[in-house]
Amino acid sequence: MTFDANDIIERRSVISGAGQSDIGRRLFRDPLELTLDACLAAIADAGLTTADIDGIATYPGPMSVPAGFSGAGVVDVQDALRLELGWWTGGIELPGQLGSVINACLAVAAGLATHVLCFRSVFEGSAQGTGGRSSVMPGGGGGSGGYRATGFMEWTLPFAAPSAAIWVAMMAQRHFHEFGTTREQLGQIALNARKNAAVNPNAIYRDSMTLDDYLGIRMISTPLSLYDCDVPCDGATAVIVSRAETAPDLRKPPIHVEAVGTALRGRPSWDQFDDLTTMACRDAAAQLWGRTDLTPTDVDLAEMYDGFSFITMAWLEAMGFCGKGEGGPFVEGGQRIARDGVLPLNTHGGQLSAGRLHGYGFLHEACLQLWEEAGERQVAGSPEVGVACAGGGPLAGALLLTKHR
Amino acid sequence: MASETNAMSDETAPPFRLLPRLTDLNRAFWTGGAVGELRMAACGACGYINHPPTPICPLCHSKDQAPRTLSGRALLHTYTVNYQPWMPGPELPFVVAIVELVEQDGLRLTTNLVNCDIDKIKMGMPVKVTFEAHVDGDDTIYIPLFEPEGTL
Repeated sequence: MTFDANDIIERRSVISGAGQSDIGRRLFRDPLELTLDACLAAIADAGLTTADIDGIATYPGPMSVPAGFSGAGVVDVQDALRLELGWWTGGIELPGQLGSVINACLAVAAGLATHVLCFRSVFEGSAQGTGGRSSVMPGGGGGSGGYRATGFMEWTLPFAAPSAAIWVAMMAQRHFHEFGTTREQLGQIALNARKNAAVNPNAIYRDSMTLDDYLGIRMISTPLSLYDCDVPCDGATAVIVSRAETAPDLRKPPIHVEAVGTALRGRPSWDQFDDLTTMACRDAAAQLWGRTDLTPTDVDLAEMYDGFSFITMAWLEAMGFCGKGEGGPFVEGGQRIARDGVLPLNTHGGQLSAGRLHGYGFLHEACLQLWEEAGERQVAGSPEVGVACAGGGPLAGALLLTKHR
Repeated sequence: MASETNAMSDETAPPFRLLPRLTDLNRAFWTGGAVGELRMAACGACGYINHPPTPICPLCHSKDQAPRTLSGRALLHTYTVNYQPWMPGPELPFVVAIVELVEQDGLRLTTNLVNCDIDKIKMGMPVKVTFEAHVDGDDTIYIPLFEPEGTL
């Protein structure tokens, strides 16, 4: 079966620019300033000006709780840059963080906008200060103060399970049980991230990490240890999604959006999903591969969400880079996922070592690699096909990107 | 059966827990422990146990939803031993578990596994409900926890 842009309208969109602010563990800078730094960098990278931007997409929109989770919303940026918009969206009910970028692809395909500024901005590092993660948890300040849990949290908070670390740990434990996956295998995702971060000047943690370091660090929630959890940070990432026809006007060759995946087919829950050894990524990935003639063996690099190491393993299996349940053997030893392996993975260091830029960091890195602008960490051999996948649990969005069409 | 936890006694005081906001939909679930019963919403038309509860049956769309008393028996589907002090709560480490209730395939509950040595935990082990009472204002909320089957 062959598809064209009449069937797969995301192919009418390209990524024309990408930018990031300063990134740090705790910068104590105005989060809007970081956001605008990233936005202006991306606009300039595309060879555009603010007058060309007629759309905005972001995740999750303005949110004050949990602290530091959102540095700016759509209207903050629209007003700060005095943008004239034909289309805009910001929200958290999306197919993962990159769902906002996928919305932008569809908006330019539909003609509602020509150049959409997409951004994600966090300041979780500064917001947590020296109080650690517990300082931004509901109830973390001490008593309940009259707070009562509702929604999904009703079914987790009364059991002292406020963190996705716990929910993902239980999925990993189930995966270990069904498929014999080991901590030594899972740890390769963290070690690989750290190895790549070592050659990323913007990464948060760049010191070398050994398997013994990994196995020896304190446990958070079995089988996940500290090094299986991403590192909260401050920083913003932006990309420009443009209509494909504008490519001749752009500063650099566009990155083509070959296909996207956004499906949500199981129960949208961290505990009620039908198969707790995988996540919504299972269905988003299957949908993506149903919209292209390319196959997993065509992919030259994979930038896939690692809010926790196990989520990356779930994405590896979901995207068909290995069989179901084979994520452990696939990453074992780390050679396959290294920058010179068959599937370079999280080449910037992921959120585990480069910082929790929350989904957008993966897309930014995929673009840099396809533009061959990744410096010392550049994957050799002019990679032509990459994937950027984000989200865990009931959130999943994936983009298949190509250098040529 | 409900364990006779007395929130007012220092010796047997349960750990701090953030409590759920009670609604007409969830009250049966969070208060059934008063009489030692685990209750979940079930559909009067097709029998489907609907958890978390919603106003209509997700399968047949009937609005005839009423609490049903379950056996309180379940199998351990997965778990984690948590060492991280996220918030005030049970003494560390404690076990968070997802159990699958015997009444319906895939009917799961996130809970705590209690009264069980960590090295005795086995995936798939049979467990049964036990309740921990918390008084907050006018409400007494009974948190359904699970312990190994055979625990006295």
